[in-house]
Amino acid sequence: MITITDVHKTFNKGKANQVNAVNGITLEIQSGEFLVIVGSNGSGKTTMLNLIAGSVSPDNGTISIDGNDVTNMPDYKRSRWIARVFQNPLSGTAPDLSILDNFRLASIRTKRKGLSVGVNDAFKKQVQEKVAGLGMGLQDKIDQPMGTLSGGQRQALTLLMSVMDSCKVLLLDEPTAALDPRSADVVMRTADTLIRDFNLTAVFITHNLKDAFNYGTRIIQMGEGLIINDLSGTAKASLKQNDLFDWFA
Amino acid sequence: MDFYLTALLQGLCFSAIALGIYISMKIFNIPDITTDGSYTLGGVVTAVLLTNHQPAYVILPAVILAGAAAGALTGIIHTKLKINALLAGILVMTALYSVNLTILGRSNLPLINLPSLFTIVSVVNDPNQNTFWILAIFVIVITFLIGYLLKTDFGIAMRATGNSESMIRSLGVNTDRMKITGLALANALTALSGYLVAQFQGFADISMGIGIVIVGLGSVIIAETLINWFKLTSVWLSLVLVLAGAVIFQLVLAFTLSVGVDPKLLKIVTAGFVLVIVSLPRLSLLRSS
Repeated sequence: MITITDVHKTFNKGKANQVNAVNGITLEIQSGEFLVIVGSNGSGKTTMLNLIAGSVSPDNGTISIDGNDVTNMPDYKRSRWIARVFQNPLSGTAPDLSILDNFRLASIRTKRKGLSVGVNDAFKKQVQEKVAGLGMGLQDKIDQPMGTLSGGQRQALTLLMSVMDSCKVLLLDEPTAALDPRSADVVMRTADTLIRDFNLTAVFITHNLKDAFNYGTRIIQMGEGLIINDLSGTAKASLKQNDLFDWFA
Repeated sequence: MDFYLTALLQGLCFSAIALGIYISMKIFNIPDITTDGSYTLGGVVTAVLLTNHQPAYVILPAVILAGAAAGALTGIIHTKLKINALLAGILVMTALYSVNLTILGRSNLPLINLPSLFTIVSVVNDPNQNTFWILAIFVIVITFLIGYLLKTDFGIAMRATGNSESMIRSLGVNTDRMKITGLALANALTALSGYLVAQFQGFADISMGIGIVIVGLGSVIIAETLINWFKLTSVWLSLVLVLAGAVIFQLVLAFTLSVGVDPKLLKIVTAGFVLVIVSLPRLSLLRSS
């Protein structure tokens, strides 16, 4: 689904604060794979995710999604395949817009935003049903501005928004880092269910080793812009939580 | 009383500029100073085309296009050259002064005895009332169009662009193009105010736009204060309050003049008035917290 070939990315090249964020990574992410990326701060995880999303373009190397070379494609065009959940709950939703309007935009992610009114009663009902599925009691509040909700509620809604339109790849950048343990749990379980139900290819960055242990079908550890551990399938399943702690020892 | 009627009519003329500033400042979160130039541009294009006896159906689209081009230029400088929006606006506004002077050919062009929007259409006999009705219809049509636009999928994407850029990019919107379009729209509206005012006052002047941005800004800030006051989220009500803001602003200025304030001090009164409305909500917040 996602093929990354010998990708390099350096920030502030030639300056005193030069950072070699990604140092020649080659990675093949299979369709339907739920990839967890762990690594210490500055190991290049977020740069990797931004390279896949297109917010950052590589210095060299190629990236392809679903057989299409997207190396020089800007992020807003890659949204044909990719939905994102950001670390900051504020980044994934528009706070001043109503929940309904946020969902409307998400439901036409891969389509043209035209000059017709798309928010009608049928759409409203559809959103209410989906939101009710979260069990947060938000279905009666969909006319409220998104900004009136808590971070956990917003992250859960962002996840739901990502599958409002056809979606192949879901990028999760520490989606629970800003949340309390209970909200974090709800968000992670929602993500896991959606990834299974919609057979999504997912890339999940986390510092929470418990989540890294509980979720995903493959785990890689990054360090200094390289992949230093890569376990999938049964190897990931037989991994113990303590082994993960040892990776960071 | 006529004094206040004139103020009301002027307020209606300025409602297009208020809607323009509302779009650039509140929806896109971009402080756009192109306004001073694009307002004059609207007036200048109107005056020159009127003196060349062009029909109304040529003048109106020409004014809209001229304003949109000015706004798009600011947008392109801001997004493609990555220049601060404020500076981009100032650059275009400065350049527009020469453009306007070239189009006008001199510093002032009177439009006396030429047919204007307010004389070719006759709703009622009294000229002042006739002007009022024409302006009212004009403003209602513009407001309806903008309100509808903001309700469409494109409009929601516009509103999201100024609100959460990372989100709207990840939802497949080219934010650069959206901002350029938005600034074009805002300045097309601003030029429309120039179009109305030039015909209303009967002349176009190269300096008619000096400090005009504060009129739009003041109107939007009055509206914003009311919106926050009543905790409104409706797009339609917000637009209506922006129009109300434009009218209130002119009425306050008319009141200041009528109580005998020296017209020389009008700009300082304007600035002071805007300062008061901006700071009032903050002052009351300080007290309650």
